Amino acid sequence: MGNFFTDNEDLMFQFDFWGPGELADLKEHGYAEAAEYDFAPEDTADAVENYRKALEVVGGIAADFIAPRAEAVDREGHQLQAGRVCYNPGVVDNLRRLAQADLMGFTLPRRFGGLNIPTFVYSLANEIVSRADASLMNIFGLQGIAETINAFASDELKNEYLPRLASGELTGAMVLTEPDAGSDLQRVNLKAREAENGTWLLSGVKRFITNGCGDVLLVLARSEPEESGGLGLSLYLCERQDAIQVRHLEDKLGIHGSPTCELEFHDAAGYLIGERRRGLVTYTMALMNGARVGIAAQSVGIAEAAFREARAYAHTRTQFGRTIEEFPAVADLLVDMKTRLEAARSLTCDASRIMDIDIILQEQLEKGGIEGDVARELKQKQRRYKRLAAFMTPVSKYYASEIAVSVASDAIQILGGSGYMKDYPVERYWRDARIAPIYEGTSQLQIVAAVRGVTSGVAEGYFKEMDMDFERPLVGLSKKLRAMRSELARCVSFAKERGSDYTDLYARDLVDIAIDILIGYHLLLQAQHSRKKLAMARRFIPRALREARRRSANITSGDMAVIKDFLLLAGAPSSQEA
Amino acid sequence: MPYDIVVLAKQVPDTKRVTGDAMKEDGTVNRAALPAIFNPEDLYALELAIEVKERFGGSVTCLTMGPVSAAEVLREALYRGADRVALITDRRAAASDTLATSYILSCAVTHAAPYDIVCCGRQAIDGDTAQVGPQLAQKLSIPQVTYVSDVEEIAGSLIRVRRHTDYGMQVVEAPLPALLTVTDKAPEPRYPAMKRVMKYKKAMSPAEAEARGLPSPMGDMLIETWDLDTIGADIERCGMAGSPTKVKRIQSIVLTGSGYHEVQPTQEGIEGLVHELIEDHTIG
Repeated sequence: MGNFFTDNEDLMFQFDFWGPGELADLKEHGYAEAAEYDFAPEDTADAVENYRKALEVVGGIAADFIAPRAEAVDREGHQLQAGRVCYNPGVVDNLRRLAQADLMGFTLPRRFGGLNIPTFVYSLANEIVSRADASLMNIFGLQGIAETINAFASDELKNEYLPRLASGELTGAMVLTEPDAGSDLQRVNLKAREAENGTWLLSGVKRFITNGCGDVLLVLARSEPEESGGLGLSLYLCERQDAIQVRHLEDKLGIHGSPTCELEFHDAAGYLIGERRRGLVTYTMALMNGARVGIAAQSVGIAEAAFREARAYAHTRTQFGRTIEEFPAVADLLVDMKTRLEAARSLTCDASRIMDIDIILQEQLEKGGIEGDVARELKQKQRRYKRLAAFMTPVSKYYASEIAVSVASDAIQILGGSGYMKDYPVERYWRDARIAPIYEGTSQLQIVAAVRGVTSGVAEGYFKEMDMDFERPLVGLSKKLRAMRSELARCVSFAKERGSDYTDLYARDLVDIAIDILIGYHLLLQAQHSRKKLAMARRFIPRALREARRRSANITSGDMAVIKDFLLLAGAPSSQEA
Repeated sequence: MPYDIVVLAKQVPDTKRVTGDAMKEDGTVNRAALPAIFNPEDLYALELAIEVKERFGGSVTCLTMGPVSAAEVLREALYRGADRVALITDRRAAASDTLATSYILSCAVTHAAPYDIVCCGRQAIDGDTAQVGPQLAQKLSIPQVTYVSDVEEIAGSLIRVRRHTDYGMQVVEAPLPALLTVTDKAPEPRYPAMKRVMKYKKAMSPAEAEARGLPSPMGDMLIETWDLDTIGADIERCGMAGSPTKVKRIQSIVLTGSGYHEVQPTQEGIEGLVHELIEDHTIG
C-alpha cells in the first residue's frame, strides 16, 4: 500500500508552509456549516485535518490503483464506436474509485454534494493524480466545469447538474477550441440560435476537446452573428445527446488516457449560462484561470514521477565501477531537476492560494452586507489579489509546464538508452509532459499575460511584500535578490521606452528574471523552516543573479534583428506542396 | 430484501514491513516496531459486506477484538461504509488462542444479533491460522463457506457464492444465516469515502476520549466498547484459561544460503530429494 502524498516530503512541507489554516478560515465563513452538515469542520484545525486526510486518500488511490494501470491505459487508449467513445476499462475503474471516495466534487459547496475544499488543496490533489497518470488528471482535473456552473449558471441548472457532477455520475468538458479558433478564441464560430422554448440550438464543429465525450459540455458559441469579436460569444451547457457526434478521436503523442474529441453539433439543444455576450470575456476567462493552475499542478506531478525514476536509476546504475550519481555531470543534472521541480510546486501552490483568496473575497463582496471602511478595505484587498492572480496564474502555468518537459527529458537522459525504450516509464512522462506548454494557453501566451505583471509593477509589489528582514545566514542572499530586482527594473524601463514590439520580443527574458526572483524569495522564506531549502537557496540564488545579468545584457542590447531582419534570418518558408 | 451483516476485523502488525527489530528476544512479535493495520483479508470481507448492502439493502456491523488502540480499525470501517461498530476489549481475553477467540467472537456476534451473514477474512497475516472463521461458524451453529471470492445472488434466505480454491472455482449455495470467509480474490476493497472520513474521524471509544481528556462521545460518534460481561461470555472459556494451545518454543529463523547440491533430473534423483526433505521435516 503506497501513498503518493505521505511519501512526498516536499509536498507535505508545501502543504503546511502555505497556511492551509488561513484558507480554511476564509473558505468556511466562521465554520457555520458545521451545524448543518455532519462532515463540515468545526474549526481551523478540524478543516486542516480534513484537507490532509483528503490528500492521503487521493495519495492512496493514486499509488495503489491509478499508477499501476497507467502503462496499459497509455498503450491501449480509448475506442470510438459509432460516434460514441468507450473509455478504457482502467480509466473507468480509476474514476469509479475516485467517485466512491467522494473526490469528484472537491471544491464545490456542500449543498451541491461537494467537499468545499480550497483550490490550493485541489491543486495538490491534481499533482498527486498526475504523478500516477497525467492523462487521468484531464478528467479528474475538470472539476472547474462544475465550479463555472456554480459561479455563473441559474439555480435551476446548478440543482440539476452539480450534485451529479460532485458524485461522479457525470463528467464534463470545456468545449472551446475550433479549427480556426485555438489561442484566438474570439474567432469562435459555432452558431447558437434561440429556440422558442427558451433553449438554444447549437451547430458547428469543435476540435481538440478534452473529454468531449463527457456528459456535460460547456460550449462557447456565437449567439450574436452580427458581432464578430469576443463580445458576440455566449456560454452554453449541453448534455450529451444524439445531436452531438464525436466525429473523430485524436491520435496523440501522449496523454492517451485523455480522450481528445472532434465534435459535430447538429442543432444540439443547450441552455444559456448566465448572460449573453459574456461567454468569453467573463465566464471562459474565469474557467481558464482555474484550468491553467490545474495544468501547472499536472506538470509538477509529471516532473515528480520523472525525477523519482531518474533519481532511483542514478543511484543503482553502475558504470566504470561507480554508481552514475557519483559522476559530477549526473549529480549536477539531478540537483537541477530537483530544484526546478520543487520551485514549480512552490509557484503552483502560491498561485492556487492567491486564486483562492481572490475568489473568496469576490464572493464576500458579491454577497453584500458589508459597508463603509470595511467594504472599502475588502475591495482594495480583493483588487490586489485579482491583479496578483492575473500575474501568478500564467507564471505558474508557464514555468511548471516548461520544467515538466525539461525534467522528463533529463530523466530520459539519465536513464540513457533504457530511458528511450518503452520498458521504462520516462518516455511516457516526456510524451505526457509535452502537451503541457501547449494546451490551456501556450507558453508564449502565458508570457504575454505574465509580462504585464512585470511591467505594471505587480511583480515588484509582491517581491517587496516577501522581502522581510531576513536574518543571517539569509541576509546576503536577500541582497542578491534585491540586486536582481534592480536589474529587472532597469530592463523594464529600457524595454518600455522601446515600445511594445520590443517588450514582446524580450518578454520571455523579462518574465524569466521575475520568476527566478519569485523562486528566490520562496526559497528564502522556506529556508527558515528547512535545511534543504536553505541549501537550495544557497545554490540557486547566486546562479540566478548571474543568469539575470546575462538576460539583462540581452534585454538592454537594443537588438531588434529578429523583427527587422526576420526573413533574412529565418529564410523564406519552403513552398507548399500542391 | 435487506440483510444484516456482521463483519469481523482484526488489527494486525504489518508483517510486510518486517525489519530487524520485528521480533523480541523471546521470539514474540514486537508490535511496537510494526505499524498496526486492518488485516488485509478482513478488508475484503468488509468490501463484500458493503457491496451486499449496496445491492440488497440492510446493515453492516463491524466488530473487532483487541486493545483500546484497535478502535482505529473500526474508524476505518466507518470510513468505508459500516453502519455500526463495536470494540470487544477485556484484559481477561488476553492470550486467547483460536478456540477462545472464536468463543468470545461467537458471544459478540450473538450480542450483535440479528444477523443474516457473518463475513470474516480467511486468515490474519500475524497468526495465519485461518481457524477462527470456521470455529466461529461451528459455535454459532450456522453453515460456513470458506475461500469466498464473490456473492453471486441472495434470494430470500438462500445465498449463492463463488469459492476460489487451489483446484478452481466452485459455486456453493447455503441457507442463511451463514458465515463466509473471504479471500483477496474478492472485489478490491474501496478507499475511505471523504465525507465519512470528515465525519467519523472524531468517532472514538470512551477510553480513547478519556485518554485525550475529552467528554465521552455520544450518538454516531461513540465507538461502543463491550467487555466479556457485556457479551455474556463464560470467563473460564476465555483468555489463557480457555486456550488449550500452549506455545512450546519459538525460534527466530534466519534463512541463509549455504552452498547447494545438484539433484539429477532422474527418478532416483527426485526420490532422493523427496526423502531428504521428509528427513529434515520440510515436508511430510
